[in-house]
Amino acid sequence: MDPTKTTLVELRDAIAAKKVSATEATRAYLGRIDRHNGPLHAYHETYADRALQRAADVDGGKITGPLAGVPISIKDNLCTEYGHTTCSSKMLENFQAPYTATAVVKLEQAGAIVLGKTVLDEFAMGSSTENSAFGPARNPWDTQRVPGGSSGGAAAAIAADLCAGSIGSDTGGSIRQPAALCGVVGLKPTYGRVSRYGLVAFASSLDQIGPLTHTVADAALMLQVISGQDPKDSTSAGVPVPDYTEQLDSPPQGLRIGIAKQYLSDANHPAVKRAIDQAVAVYRDAGARIVDVDLPHTEYGISTYYLVAPAEASSNLARYDGVRYGRRSPESTDLISLYSRSRAEGFGEEVQRRIMLGTYALSSGYYDAYYVRALKVRRLIKQDFDAAFESCDAILCPTTPGPAFRFGEKTDSPLAMYLNDVYTVNANMAGIPGISLLGGFASPDGLSHTDGGGLPVGVQFLGPLFEEAKLLRIARLYEAAAGYTHARPSLT
Amino acid sequence: MAASQAVFADTGIKARLMVGMEVHVELSTRSKMFTSAPNVAHPDYYEAGPNTLCDPVVLGMPGVLPVINKRAVEMSMLVGLALGCEIAKQTKWDRKSYYYPDLPKNYQISQYDQPLCHDGQVDIPMDGEGTKTIRIIRAHLEEDAGKLMHEGPGGVKIDHSIVDLNRAGTPLLEIVTEPDFDSAQQAVTFGQTLRNICRSLGVSEGIMQKGHMRFEPNINVIIEKDGQTYKTPIVEIKNLNSFKALHGAIEYEYQRQIEDWLETGRVMKSGAKSTRGWDDVKMVTVLQREKEEAHDYRYFPDPDLVPVVVDDAWIERVRAELPELPLVREKRYTEQLGLNVKDARALIDEPKVCKFFEEVLSAGVEPKRAAAMLLNYGAKRANERGCAIHELGVTPGQIKEIAELAAADKIGSSAADELFGHCCDPRNQGQTAEALAEKHGLLQVSDTGALEGYVKEVLANPKNAKIVGDIQDGKDKAIGALLGQVMKLSKGQANPKLVGDMIKQQVRGS
Repeated sequence: MDPTKTTLVELRDAIAAKKVSATEATRAYLGRIDRHNGPLHAYHETYADRALQRAADVDGGKITGPLAGVPISIKDNLCTEYGHTTCSSKMLENFQAPYTATAVVKLEQAGAIVLGKTVLDEFAMGSSTENSAFGPARNPWDTQRVPGGSSGGAAAAIAADLCAGSIGSDTGGSIRQPAALCGVVGLKPTYGRVSRYGLVAFASSLDQIGPLTHTVADAALMLQVISGQDPKDSTSAGVPVPDYTEQLDSPPQGLRIGIAKQYLSDANHPAVKRAIDQAVAVYRDAGARIVDVDLPHTEYGISTYYLVAPAEASSNLARYDGVRYGRRSPESTDLISLYSRSRAEGFGEEVQRRIMLGTYALSSGYYDAYYVRALKVRRLIKQDFDAAFESCDAILCPTTPGPAFRFGEKTDSPLAMYLNDVYTVNANMAGIPGISLLGGFASPDGLSHTDGGGLPVGVQFLGPLFEEAKLLRIARLYEAAAGYTHARPSLT
Repeated sequence: MAASQAVFADTGIKARLMVGMEVHVELSTRSKMFTSAPNVAHPDYYEAGPNTLCDPVVLGMPGVLPVINKRAVEMSMLVGLALGCEIAKQTKWDRKSYYYPDLPKNYQISQYDQPLCHDGQVDIPMDGEGTKTIRIIRAHLEEDAGKLMHEGPGGVKIDHSIVDLNRAGTPLLEIVTEPDFDSAQQAVTFGQTLRNICRSLGVSEGIMQKGHMRFEPNINVIIEKDGQTYKTPIVEIKNLNSFKALHGAIEYEYQRQIEDWLETGRVMKSGAKSTRGWDDVKMVTVLQREKEEAHDYRYFPDPDLVPVVVDDAWIERVRAELPELPLVREKRYTEQLGLNVKDARALIDEPKVCKFFEEVLSAGVEPKRAAAMLLNYGAKRANERGCAIHELGVTPGQIKEIAELAAADKIGSSAADELFGHCCDPRNQGQTAEALAEKHGLLQVSDTGALEGYVKEVLANPKNAKIVGDIQDGKDKAIGALLGQVMKLSKGQANPKLVGDMIKQQVRGS
């Protein structure tokens, strides 16, 4: 078998059955990275020696576990004791963490082999990876287009089979949006499901770590491994972790799928509309009830998000001051210039923009008008979902308004870029889980749909807090019917 | 204050000082407020080298998260309860933002609008008699900053600044009072009372030189002139870390504000609080910052932490830990045990010594006797050895024996002192006091046969003929001279009372 042309679960089983060795699998992925990472720039750095050593340990029986021997990638905002953790920022270009993120510790304890770290928008702020200080990742379906962001390198790596599974982070859609644009599965778990310890914070009340994979079953397995309460993260939840992998193929009984008119804008791309229509048909055929739900505060999501997230970011990023680690400007002459020059040189434009936005929103005299009001709207958005989930098990909606856009297409207008997250931010605001799946294809000219090939678009399912098990079964029902699991871009 | 008023007597004004206090207390938990790194305010880590009490959380590294130290919350609750405060049912954590190299995250985790403790009151002893009640507005928990230094160790000149983050993240309890003090001495007494409370609760060692307690008085003066009342602008004095500085700064401000008012007529405006520092050498306050608005701390709830919910059961568990508080104990020691105020305070001021004293009482020693032994025999030796009285090695059981030997006239008072010393000797560990007394020949000879021999020898000495004559003439005072000689012969072991009686009887035949 070609270990790079399979799914994470299949590869895991093949390694366990010794049909392929962990070393063969690791070498195969490292080989693909050698060939394709140049044009795609999915990885910022790789750990070939370390990966092969771990693979040998798996093959030698020293490392076991539910992910034993499976080569994966992690987003470059997850700290590891090995390599660098750069957040795709000049600020942390040479930063080496003396600790490893809890999620990564759990993956490695489960036997996963970390191949390397993937490119992101600087500090996870962006929707295209164009904000990476070290160059963007490229969409494997069309390298003239963005892979989405901020976990764009992760999505590109999965789509191009440069790893069997990938871990990203999602603050406003940063897992689901690139998953949609690259045609893979992306899961944002419930806030508190996965420990944030070692994830470089962007917006602490919104950030959540989750998997990007080829299949729902792959996502379920990775979620299984990384979930659970962590004494190092007070916001991680003490809710028991069920078995996400069992019963994945048995759809929930009496299923009700919610459709919210607020997510069905006329501005959505025809391929997106078609994907939703097809998904509705799948559930109707499966005997599910399709119910209309109302999420009246949806339209305030983006503006609310762009107060809450930058406010927290402005505080979270205050620690990058050139004093203890990270970039220190050689031009500094005194304390104030040390601060201002190091930060001016270390942070890119978008990060600076959000720090300023957030600082403003928290300033005396503006706090009540902006931050406090944003928190009130956030509560209303959450209440919308609470009410909607009284009458449905999951909400079906687009992940993004359209397929991947071209490099530079939205960089002149931050607002146009922000609006790409219009269907994803509210799950973060409410803390609920969301999953994006490949839902169809737009024609290469981006104007209509095709029946395969072209540019992928996503469908998204949003579920109630801590109901990932059910959400995954609902998503699996669609995935089985749609049959896109093995859709792959052709790489040159 | 009478003296201060006299200075301004010719101006025709009446002035009244008004002071509120903010006190920072470093809690002596084993680990820091939000991480497991050791706490420099815990006695085990006082001598730690610079920047050795650090971990990724203390250093504010990327991706690390704070976790609340539950014991610090409980210690704060203890102080809150001791100050008669309400304990909040729910309290949260806020970030206070400002950039400074000793603040690794460039924000401090504090409590802005939901302090853990609020609305309390505490009595402080007044100079003359009685007590005064001081109202407590709030007591909230936060993390301390590190230390920024502009010269090297030992005062070495350097061309840059250096930072020590050992103190960064130490749990810090900030206690805020109403402006209830009208003299510098009251503020000092409050500080001392609070220090005693914290020490008796075991939440702080209260070592002022180490910065365990820091005071920030808010001071202004109410001036009456020609039936009109004027309030001078409020001044906050930052970071006073001795009672002397606290006293000096308040006294100085009182004078300065009155003079300033006489000169400029400046009065209080809302929000116009200036900040001054205390120059310990020149004994003056120095302006640091004119207006509070200069700082915008951009407080907002810390999204990395969850609110702390305090239920009644938890409060009761903490309340059960509360020891007898210093002022209550002082009252009991003086009124019920009959100790004088000086001795009572000397014991209460040292919580561990006081605990030892209570153990001595439990062993059955009469309180005044126990206090006297500890504060005389004990204090003297502790002083010599540079340790605390309870660390001398003498046990409550030995002290009881010494007291009993003395009461039974088996040892004299100088022998009791010496015996106490032998009990403190580590080589004598585990031996009874009586055995030690015997070993060192401290027991008084009450064997009349032996004593009679000495008495006869002294009376027979021709040199004593005149003294014997005086005794015969009824001069009791003369007995002392012979008694001394008998004691000498007995090498100090004779029971003096017995010998005195014996001399009288032999000389006077009665």
